[in-house]
Amino acid sequence: MTRSARWIVFWLGAGGVGTLIVLALLRMPSFGGLVHPYRDLAVPAAVGRSSPNIVSSINFDQRALDTLGEETILLGSVVGAATLLRPSKDEQELLDRDEGRVLEATKLLGYLLLPVTLIVGADVVFHGHLTPGGGFQGGVVLATAVHLLYVAGSYRLLRRLRPKSWYQVAEAVAAGAFVVLGLVGLLLTGAFLANVFPHGVLGDLFSAGTVFFLNAAVGAEVTSGVVVLLSAFLAQALSVREVS
Amino acid sequence: MTPLLVVAFLLVAAGATVVVLTREPGRQAVTLSVYGVLLTLLFVLLQAPDVALSQVAVGSAVVPLMVLLAVRKVRGGKR
Amino acid sequence: MSLLPYLVAGWLLLIGCFGVVRSRGLVHTVVCVAVAQSGTYVLLLSIGFQYGASAPVQGAPGPVVDPVMQALTLTDIVVSATVTALLLALVIQIAKRTGTVDPDQLDELRG
Repeated sequence: MTRSARWIVFWLGAGGVGTLIVLALLRMPSFGGLVHPYRDLAVPAAVGRSSPNIVSSINFDQRALDTLGEETILLGSVVGAATLLRPSKDEQELLDRDEGRVLEATKLLGYLLLPVTLIVGADVVFHGHLTPGGGFQGGVVLATAVHLLYVAGSYRLLRRLRPKSWYQVAEAVAAGAFVVLGLVGLLLTGAFLANVFPHGVLGDLFSAGTVFFLNAAVGAEVTSGVVVLLSAFLAQALSVREVS
Repeated sequence: MTPLLVVAFLLVAAGATVVVLTREPGRQAVTLSVYGVLLTLLFVLLQAPDVALSQVAVGSAVVPLMVLLAVRKVRGGKR
Repeated sequence: MSLLPYLVAGWLLLIGCFGVVRSRGLVHTVVCVAVAQSGTYVLLLSIGFQYGASAPVQGAPGPVVDPVMQALTLTDIVVSATVTALLLALVIQIAKRTGTVDPDQLDELRG
């Protein structure tokens, strides 16, 4: 398609979609209004199962099957991206001897922030049912923490501390754990991903039943998934070169 | 609607426009990161701390980093 | 004024599509797709918002905003990030195979 033809198609389409959006908006419930039927059902259900963070309760209990779907998309994309970024036959990983110069202050900051970020990440994962956060957010923080070593200028150290195969295995195991927890629910109550564990006391660390465990599984899966992704991109950008 | 919310919504709209109009992909990673922070601010104002947390981690750190690395690789391949 | 949030969401979708059409580099295209998708976050959270309500974490008195919309947005963000990663990997692969990431040049290569 030529460029001008593409623009004609775009303006026609954008005009149509824009009109439809505005027509739909005019009949939407007004912004900030009082009517939220889903909320009125979800909040009591969450509190009844000792999960003060209602969003976590929805993601890992009430709509846990959707989250399984989401995690499968994550797993699929990570596998796909890692496969696409694998060094091909005529490529080789070459590590430069010279890693470039990094300011001492930057290095120190990187090393100091590493343990802090790891703790914050773990905290966000394991308190996901109590405070804002959860497996997904904490997992991304944990994966970012590992890559602070790159900021600290040590790509070699990062590669040594980050055996890719472990994370690939962890990713698969965590995704599997999610399904196993779902099957436990199926066996005990007849419903896949049913919240079967004791709900505990509202506000305790070990409460909210399966939400806690599913959070941990998703945390492990997201951490390893993002590490695998970032390591594939880093390797392509920094060390994989064509040899001919 | 509070003035603060109006400003946040307009900033997000403006931020997205800047990201799209940035031609150079290396610079786009930076504007995308700023746009991620603007979205985070809006989400905080909309009382969504969970969403804001994941937006700040993903939208302003991980995705821009991947864009930056992809740009570097794509340019290196041309040389 | 109460339409502004929804209009912003629609604007994000359209400006993202505009960027995709205008794009002269596939990395730029992928970023524009991500911007277009961010319109859905704004739309969902705006639908769930209520004036004066607090965040959906138990402990605050009074009404809370709709947590279902926030859970949907959370899923949305994860999917957007992973799809962006997959698309960027595809772009890198295309650049390796053909030596260009300009959509117009790629068209010519195909003939």
